[in-house]
Amino acid sequence: MSTPIKECIAVEKLVVSAAPHVHSGQDVRQVMRDVILALLPAVLVGIWYFGVDAARVLILAVGGCLFFEAVMNRLLKRPSTLGNLSAALTGVLLAMNMPSSSPWWLVLVGTGVAIILGKAIYGGLGYNPFNPALVARVLLLISFPVQMTRWVVPQGLGTGFDAATGATPLGAAKEAASLGTPLAEVGVPGSMDLLLGNVGGSFGEVSALALLAGGLFLMWRGIIRWQIPVGFIGAVVLITGVAHLAAPEKYLDPLIHVLAGGLILGAFFMATDMVTSPVTRRGMLIFGVGCGVLTAVIRLWGGYPEGVSFAILLMNAATPLIDRYTRPRVFGGQRRQLFADRSES
Amino acid sequence: MSYATTFTRGIWKENPIFRLLLGLCPALAVTTSVENGLGMGLASTFVLLCSNVIVSLLRDFIPRKVRIPAYIVVIASFVTIVDLTMHAYFFELHRSLGLFIPLIVVNCIILGRAEAFASRNPVGLAFIDGLGMGLGFTLGLAVLGGVREILGSGSLLGFPVFGASFPPALVMILPPGAFLGLGLLLAGMNKLEERRAIRAGEAYEPPREMDCGSCVLCNLAENLNEVEAKPLDRV
Repeated sequence: MSTPIKECIAVEKLVVSAAPHVHSGQDVRQVMRDVILALLPAVLVGIWYFGVDAARVLILAVGGCLFFEAVMNRLLKRPSTLGNLSAALTGVLLAMNMPSSSPWWLVLVGTGVAIILGKAIYGGLGYNPFNPALVARVLLLISFPVQMTRWVVPQGLGTGFDAATGATPLGAAKEAASLGTPLAEVGVPGSMDLLLGNVGGSFGEVSALALLAGGLFLMWRGIIRWQIPVGFIGAVVLITGVAHLAAPEKYLDPLIHVLAGGLILGAFFMATDMVTSPVTRRGMLIFGVGCGVLTAVIRLWGGYPEGVSFAILLMNAATPLIDRYTRPRVFGGQRRQLFADRSES
Repeated sequence: MSYATTFTRGIWKENPIFRLLLGLCPALAVTTSVENGLGMGLASTFVLLCSNVIVSLLRDFIPRKVRIPAYIVVIASFVTIVDLTMHAYFFELHRSLGLFIPLIVVNCIILGRAEAFASRNPVGLAFIDGLGMGLGFTLGLAVLGGVREILGSGSLLGFPVFGASFPPALVMILPPGAFLGLGLLLAGMNKLEERRAIRAGEAYEPPREMDCGSCVLCNLAENLNEVEAKPLDRV
């Protein structure tokens, strides 16, 4: 069995030349560590707003993922992969995708689904067609809709209240749309609150600023490219912008669409997963735009208030196809003739 | 072939659902509970049994060229009987199975047994074969329905098995749950089969589509090189 191509970091950076070659020194563990580091600001903001509960979800999720990873390694007789931190990252991402009020069993079921059904049964890291954390989130969302949408409105540490629940900005807007109430009557938080994270939502999606900082860090480290996030967010802005201009009383401002919900988390951290996204730059752009279009369509006209996770999973399924059609031309090879038979006639 | 092996073959070795993967449309669609699975399985068993017997009796009179339409007419007659009977006596079950009862006509396991077995064997064997295959099908549906009902609605045959503090995983009674349940059951079956073969000292061969060589994901890198040469790519 050859090394899976996706484990090579940034395939396009490889210069084809004669041996000897020098390894860049970057390995799976470093990539995973960098992504976890990049998530740290958003995690801290989440804990700041949601308190001990959020920390509990985080610890359970990471612990659960490591546990199931160890169990599956043993069952499948594979060498231990705990050290490459990929299971830990899955745990962090899963925690950030769940409400901080999640009961303990919900988190553990999620970690089991992520590691076993999302990754191990496909053969482990590098072979999974779908983002494991998102598989778990979506499975939990359709299995336990009540527990998965009990959003906590931030109280902060030590404000006296234990917790209060409320709708997310997107959820409120969706409900207003279905009831036919004008948006102005729904309390949609201002963009400053959305930017800082002072809104209801899952643990990791609330602070756009912290997530953006992490995303830019990843770009600076060369772990993600701009194509997926820009294509993703750009497509959402474009479609929700057009909808907003056409019917401002019905559809939210595109700025709110970008800052609210899991868009930034998804665009920078979930869609860019190296295993489940295309390897070519053109492919990444197509992938990002596809995610964005699907997200906007689900948010505006679908049954769920939020569509980022569904959109990314659907595009994950299209990744092999995108990779196939965006394969770069072999140096010296023929240009691809799109309409070969027509040009001959 | 003896009666005993003909009978047991349908239940385990050539189980329509877990081994042949036939009749998956009803298997995935109606197995939201044991009751539905059993109902669907028994209805199909009745049709399979009767059509096997009739096809076997008529095997020397049906011209080869028109055999498929002839089989379909035989099968459809029995499906109509089942449909009307269930409508009269098991109205609730009939309503929850809905369209899938008339669809028994095109269930591949029934046509498959008529074509592959009943049309070539005497009526006694065809009867036993229909019974074995039908019960195997029923067993498969009931097991899949049981797994989905326990996990998806927290009950078995309508009786709650977990306390109220244990919310069931709705996904299992939704369509994805059918695929998850069937996939995991198939994996379990293969594991059992492997263990049995190893115990008996036989060489175990995993089903072809399961070995690593035919897995697209494992060979992603090689496949990428391979498609290079294919003209399809230029379309």
